[in-house]
This record gives sequence, structure tokens and C-alpha cells, in this order.
Amino acid sequence: MIDRTELWIVIAALGLGSFGLRFLFLGLVGDRPLPNWLLRHLRYTAVSIIPALLAPLVMWPAATGGTPDPLRLTAAGAALVAGLLTRNVIAAMAAGAAVMLAGAYWPV
Amino acid sequence: MAQQDVMSSFWRGMRDGMPFLLVIFPFAGLFGVVATEAGLNVLETLAFSVVVIAGAAQFTALQLMSEEAPTLVVLASALAVNLRMVMYSASITPHLGALPLWKRAVTAYFLVDQTYASSILDYERHPDQSLAQKWAYFMGVMVPICPSWYLFTLVGALAAEAVPSEMGLDFALPIAFIALIVPALRTGAHRAAALVAVVVALGLAWLPFNLGLPLAGLAGMMAGAEVERRRGTA
Repeated sequence: MIDRTELWIVIAALGLGSFGLRFLFLGLVGDRPLPNWLLRHLRYTAVSIIPALLAPLVMWPAATGGTPDPLRLTAAGAALVAGLLTRNVIAAMAAGAAVMLAGAYWPV
Repeated sequence: MAQQDVMSSFWRGMRDGMPFLLVIFPFAGLFGVVATEAGLNVLETLAFSVVVIAGAAQFTALQLMSEEAPTLVVLASALAVNLRMVMYSASITPHLGALPLWKRAVTAYFLVDQTYASSILDYERHPDQSLAQKWAYFMGVMVPICPSWYLFTLVGALAAEAVPSEMGLDFALPIAFIALIVPALRTGAHRAAALVAVVVALGLAWLPFNLGLPLAGLAGMMAGAEVERRRGTA
């Protein structure tokens, strides 16, 4: 269970922090170019952090007590392949969800 | 005449913002569902979406709180997901930086992936727009997107109370994140960043306090930046 105090601290701090990141140049720094090396790193923040968060969730799902699960690995693989082939967010979600639903209603 | 031009920019923005609803609906809805499953009530879930208004960071924070990661790790990781906003802010300032402070603050609050991407493309396509027209376009894109983000978070939260939770719902978040990130792996540098991040995250999963996550993220960023530097292209 998520602690209530922590939850509201996270909501408030994350809200303020996200606004700060968005306001940084518009409101404070103004029309000044960022150094190239910094831009180069900023471009890859989301595509690094999100896969890093995902990988352990896929390999060791909490729902199976941290044991690798063929159904969840297949679902993740289906979403990955569909995403690579179609470049389409909805198609990738549908492929992964289809595998999970098939697993729920068709127990092996 | 000028007023007419401003309105036409606004309507063009609204039209360009509409297709994003196809992504906003499922992700906002899913956030509502996942947050409710994690034990948040409807008010807390909605407040999350209104205050933070950044889907990927919201999911990241929620997941780490469920894993009982320390608050500092939760905040650092979720804010790292949002670091790209700094890039958006820097790149839109030449266009909107002359607005009065309150309008710049409003712009900053609504500066999300979709409003940023649409606006930058439109400013390049229609470079002779006045400041008022550019802001009208930005707000036009925002109108279909941001209120829908709140609304469908709410719908998801209310629906989750009706959905049975033994349907593998625990895995909806990973699936949604894979679907979101894979189409974003446009270049070799993006793919290198993601691959290095995954390998380091798995290798460092034994570290306490989820510290493997920020380290893996950092390693991925460095890998992406290095590949880009060697190829000399973005």
C-alpha cells in the first residue's frame, strides 16, 4: 500500500519539478541556445529511463513472485514486435493485450 | 482582420490536435486504472493527472511507489523521464518567449509531447505568423488534448472499480510502455540508448533502493549521445 503522505509529496514535488523543467527556458533562461553535448544527452532521456524501468518488470514480474513467466514474456515480445513492424502505439498495445487476454481465458 | 488570422491559427491547432486523442484516451484511461489498482482513490488519481500532466512520468512514479522505492528515487526517476521537457522549453522559446509572463507560465504548464511537436512543425510551416497567432495555435492544439487527459484519467479510475483484477492487469503498464517507446526508437542512437539501458538495468537490479534505474538511464543516455556524436546526425 502506498503511503498517503508520500503520495502527496510525490504529486506536489513532481508537479512542481515538471513545471520547473518546462518553464526553465520560457520563463527564466530565455532565448539562449543549449550546448550541443547537453541536447545530445537530453534527446535520449525518455528512451533510456523507460526501458530501464520496464526490463525488470518484464523479466521478474511481481505478480508471479519474481519468477520469469512465459505468458508475460510472450505478451511483451508481441508488443515489441508489433511496435517494430507497425510503428503504431495502438497496434503494439493491442498485440500485447491480446496475448494477456488469451492467457487469462485459455489456461495452459 | 488580425483577429480573424488569430482565430484561424487557433482552429488549425485544434484540428491538428484531434488525432492525438487516439493515444490520449487509452493512456489516460490506463493511468486511471493502474493508479486505482495501486490503491489510489479517485481524487488522488485525478489530482496526479492535473498537477503533473505528464503520462510517462506519472506511470514511472506510480510504479516505483508501488515497489516502495525511496521518495528521492521516485522523484529523480520520474523527473528524469521529463528531462526532455527542458529541450522543448528551449526550442519553443524563440517563438513564444516574448509573451507576457502569465501566458508563458500557462504555456509551460501545457507544454507536453503533443503540443510541442505540433507547434514546432506548424511554426516551421507557417513562419510569418504573429506572436498572437503562434500562441493561438499552441492553445488550439492543447484544447482537445489536455482536458481529455484529465477526463479519461477519471473515466479509467471509475471503471477500474468495476474491472476484476485477476485478468493480468498487473501487466497492462509494461505493455503500454513498450507500445509507447518502441515506435519512438527511430534511429540507431535511440535503439542503442534503449538497449544499453535495458542491459544495465537487468545487471544492476540487485542494487538497493532501485538505484539501478537512474544508473541504467544515465548509461543509456550516454550511449545514445555517443552513437549520435560518432554518426554526426540527430
